[in-house]
Amino acid sequence: MSNKRKQLRKLVVVIAAAAMTASCTPVKEYQKSRLNDGEMSLGARKVEKTENSFQTYREGASGANGGKTGGGCGCN
Amino acid sequence: MKKICLTLIGLYIGYFAGFAQDKTDSSKYKNHQLTFEEANIVSSYYHQDGNNSAVTGGIGTEKLTDISNSFEVKFYRYDTQLRKHSWDFELGIDHYTSASSDMIDLKANSSASHADTRIYPSVNWTRENEKKGTTIGAGVSYSHEFDYTSYSANLNFAAKTKNRNGEFSARFQGFFDQVKLVLPTELVSSIAGTSSASSSSSHHDVKYPSSARNTFDLALSYTQVVNKRLQLAFLSDLVAQNGYLSLPFHRVYFTDGSVHQEALPSSRFKLPLGVRANYFLGDKFILRAYYRFYTDNWGLTAHTASLEMPVKITPFVSLSPFYRYYTQTAVTYFAAYQAHTVADNYYTSNYDLSAFNSHFFGAGIRLTPPNGVFGLEHLNMLELRYGHYSKNIGMQSNIISLNLKFK
Repeated sequence: MSNKRKQLRKLVVVIAAAAMTASCTPVKEYQKSRLNDGEMSLGARKVEKTENSFQTYREGASGANGGKTGGGCGCN
Repeated sequence: MKKICLTLIGLYIGYFAGFAQDKTDSSKYKNHQLTFEEANIVSSYYHQDGNNSAVTGGIGTEKLTDISNSFEVKFYRYDTQLRKHSWDFELGIDHYTSASSDMIDLKANSSASHADTRIYPSVNWTRENEKKGTTIGAGVSYSHEFDYTSYSANLNFAAKTKNRNGEFSARFQGFFDQVKLVLPTELVSSIAGTSSASSSSSHHDVKYPSSARNTFDLALSYTQVVNKRLQLAFLSDLVAQNGYLSLPFHRVYFTDGSVHQEALPSSRFKLPLGVRANYFLGDKFILRAYYRFYTDNWGLTAHTASLEMPVKITPFVSLSPFYRYYTQTAVTYFAAYQAHTVADNYYTSNYDLSAFNSHFFGAGIRLTPPNGVFGLEHLNMLELRYGHYSKNIGMQSNIISLNLKFK
């Protein structure tokens, strides 16, 4: 049963990735006015820097957010 | 006569056309001199409270206040091959007071360990080839506080897809840290090979032994523009840590009432996987969604989901309410106060590694007026953000952050 669930999960991920890739429309630089808006930034934002740090200290999980992953401070 | 007129008109147009079409392409002009790009000041005030301090074995105050400031300056210049070189210099200074750190010596009314200052400078360089869409870079950083010193170096690479709508990036980073072995005072004499702090008020003068902790992180990400309104980022980190991964002043009380120093394995592998989706809804709303799955070999699994919705009140002012939910399972080695037994090889009563869930919500405001914030021409952006954080195990905190960008 758990194997079937794992396979189903994999299938969902593959289908979602395929659907997303297939539905991408090329966007020219001059069409990126909305995408280039400061609020649309995909990277870690400076104002969230200390938030990311305290969450790294106060929670067991870290990383995959452009922030710290555990080294460089007295945290786990 | 008609022919002469047409010839004169043709010569006239040709004369002006000759001026209009300059053979040197001005768009290719690039500044070869080192030029100021932007500066950022980020300041934060953080305050927390709770009753599960790891310093006192999972019970006792977690009261802590932290004031952090960072100053960042960016410069750039183009080389003769028109590649953009960017330099990023940053200096961070945090100062904190902690009621739980004050309990390293249980008998003292107040000790030197109740407060500390952390200083962390860094320098990063990148070289971007705009024609090829590739970027390479490297950086070094340093961090120092009384009981912790860290040196770090990183290498990074990024490449855009042919249509410039996707970008793959990779960064490899190593942290080489030294943890000063500051023990709970009542354990100093019972653990061999550690020096003692005879007076807690002068612990800065005492020479403590230290242990190494190394962290290696390979961060891989891919960003993709889906259409004119939607873009995605897939993020991952492969993290390996080894060395002294406990904190020496964390107490653990066993079922028999005896007190011990926290003991955790000397290696840890972490795997966080994240996805971010930003969508511009209409002309005024933006949806910023994020999800992260995390697992490690200490038995901790976590899920994080957040949603932020910046609302553009004007093209230059936006309000951003946000909410974040986090849940984690406990590490295998966690047990509460007086719950560990002598049969345990590894033990901790650090509630940051226990099972809990947390809520974090708040709002931010961002000002980017074209003539500068408050009419100050070089103050390009002001962002203020407040958040309230609470765990279902009683810990609560508040944070307020300010980012000023100068251009």
